[in-house]
Amino acid sequence: MSTPQVFQFSHTPVHSHCFSQDRQTLAITKETEVEIYNVSNPSKPQLIAVLKDHDKTVTAVDISIHGRIVTCSQDRNAIVWEPLSDGTYKPTLVLLRINRSATSVKWAPNGFKFAVGSSARVIAVCYFEQENDWWISKHIKKPIRSTILSIEWHPNNILLAAGSSDGHARVFSGFIKGIDNKPSGASLWGEKFPFNTLCGDFISSCGGWVHDVAFSPSGDVLAFVAHDSTVTVVYPNGGEGVAPKSILSVSTSHLPFTSVFFADENTLVAAGHNRFPVVFQGDETEWLEVHSIDDPKKSVAQGSTETTALNMFKQLDLKGAVQTGASSSSSSLNTIHQNTITQLRPYAFGSKGEVTKFSSSGIDGKVVIFDI
Amino acid sequence: MSQSLRPYLATVRASLQAALCLQDFSSQLVERHNRPEIEAQKTVEAILNPMMISRNENERILIETSVNSIRLSLKIKQVDDIETILVSKFTRFLMSRAENFFILRRVPVQGYDISFLITNFNTEVLIKEKLVDFIIEFMEDVDKEISEMKLFINARARFIAEAYLTPFD
Repeated sequence: MSTPQVFQFSHTPVHSHCFSQDRQTLAITKETEVEIYNVSNPSKPQLIAVLKDHDKTVTAVDISIHGRIVTCSQDRNAIVWEPLSDGTYKPTLVLLRINRSATSVKWAPNGFKFAVGSSARVIAVCYFEQENDWWISKHIKKPIRSTILSIEWHPNNILLAAGSSDGHARVFSGFIKGIDNKPSGASLWGEKFPFNTLCGDFISSCGGWVHDVAFSPSGDVLAFVAHDSTVTVVYPNGGEGVAPKSILSVSTSHLPFTSVFFADENTLVAAGHNRFPVVFQGDETEWLEVHSIDDPKKSVAQGSTETTALNMFKQLDLKGAVQTGASSSSSSLNTIHQNTITQLRPYAFGSKGEVTKFSSSGIDGKVVIFDI
Repeated sequence: MSQSLRPYLATVRASLQAALCLQDFSSQLVERHNRPEIEAQKTVEAILNPMMISRNENERILIETSVNSIRLSLKIKQVDDIETILVSKFTRFLMSRAENFFILRRVPVQGYDISFLITNFNTEVLIKEKLVDFIIEFMEDVDKEISEMKLFINARARFIAEAYLTPFD
């Protein structure tokens, strides 16, 4: 296993990051701006563009398979950035029609539409209208009761999952007439998918804000992470109203996870406030925590300095506990990420389509590429 | 360290570590606002149940958690009038300089002596473990400080009494 590759761009939070399809460019959020780096030479990332049109914190960024960048911000706007031949980007404001902050954005896998989650309790599904030369949106309103924290598209480009701070993970249809082809027949998520159909509504075992949702590569399994430190995996059985085949919640002793994705049908990776990724494996009957990547407990052995008896008693007296390793003396923690991990994304795929590398971004301003 | 202090501090430490999982969360009620939900108290689903840990009837801590901020309030040990006066003077001294302490609240929560407000913007720049260490250290030191001041006052009172009440020769 090779050592993870670390990019440290600044010490300001990276709320979201995205690599382009060819993994040559990397977009990261930095306060009210989005910075685009050329990372073809990983040891020396080059800043090639700064996208500046937002006037409040940028909350999410995503790059489509065609290279278009979409950003959304707490200033209630989303902007699509079209790459031009001279290396600059042409911004187009999206007609979102929301009056609260936009919290998350994702391109559909085919790159012809995207969804924006917002604090206005709506999901705006946006698409390009040729006649007006403008990105316009349709709203999914019901039955969302609170801020949308995360959005994920199903591989069929029609369904989308959304995690919300009312503790529900929901699956909706984002079918747009004229953009999408009619889906053929029934699937595990239902039979008909007109726009705004609710295809599933799930909560975790103890409740809590749903921080992130993910579909498996086939789209037949949904996973989500909630603030109760659980990972919940859902196997649907024919849409809303039909009880799912199984719904499994894995409780962990970690701090809550903020991001999750499927490495393959039977493996998923989650990370969050505990600052290192954790791998889960399982199937329809049971899911288990398998191992963690960059676990501080393992790195203690190499990183620990000699703890003198005096030091130990001093700590016992002062803090009521003995701390081992680097965390007690120096100001850095013994994980790569020094603060909450905000987002995980698949980076490289193996021969069977399984994820072999993934990237993570954190509040500490780092973007890291890990091996699974 | 006394027998009951260690489990008390260990519980506070564990609770704080769990409570300090904060994220950016802009207001869903007011346009373009981003405010600590625990202070606003307007978004019900963004606020978790408060937690009170008490060591005895005189010392306790209240931890109120929300999605982007936590508020923790301390009740400092006061067994007699002198300690009550000392605690109120001491906390007033700190709170009137709240802007220098970043996480200190200017006014304590009703029923407590001193309150801290930690938002996601604080946890973005400060290391969470160190923040917890600071709170724990503060809880220990404040007791020590108050009892030291009390001893000093008593010693001074005795000295003055002796000086004034010495019979004339």
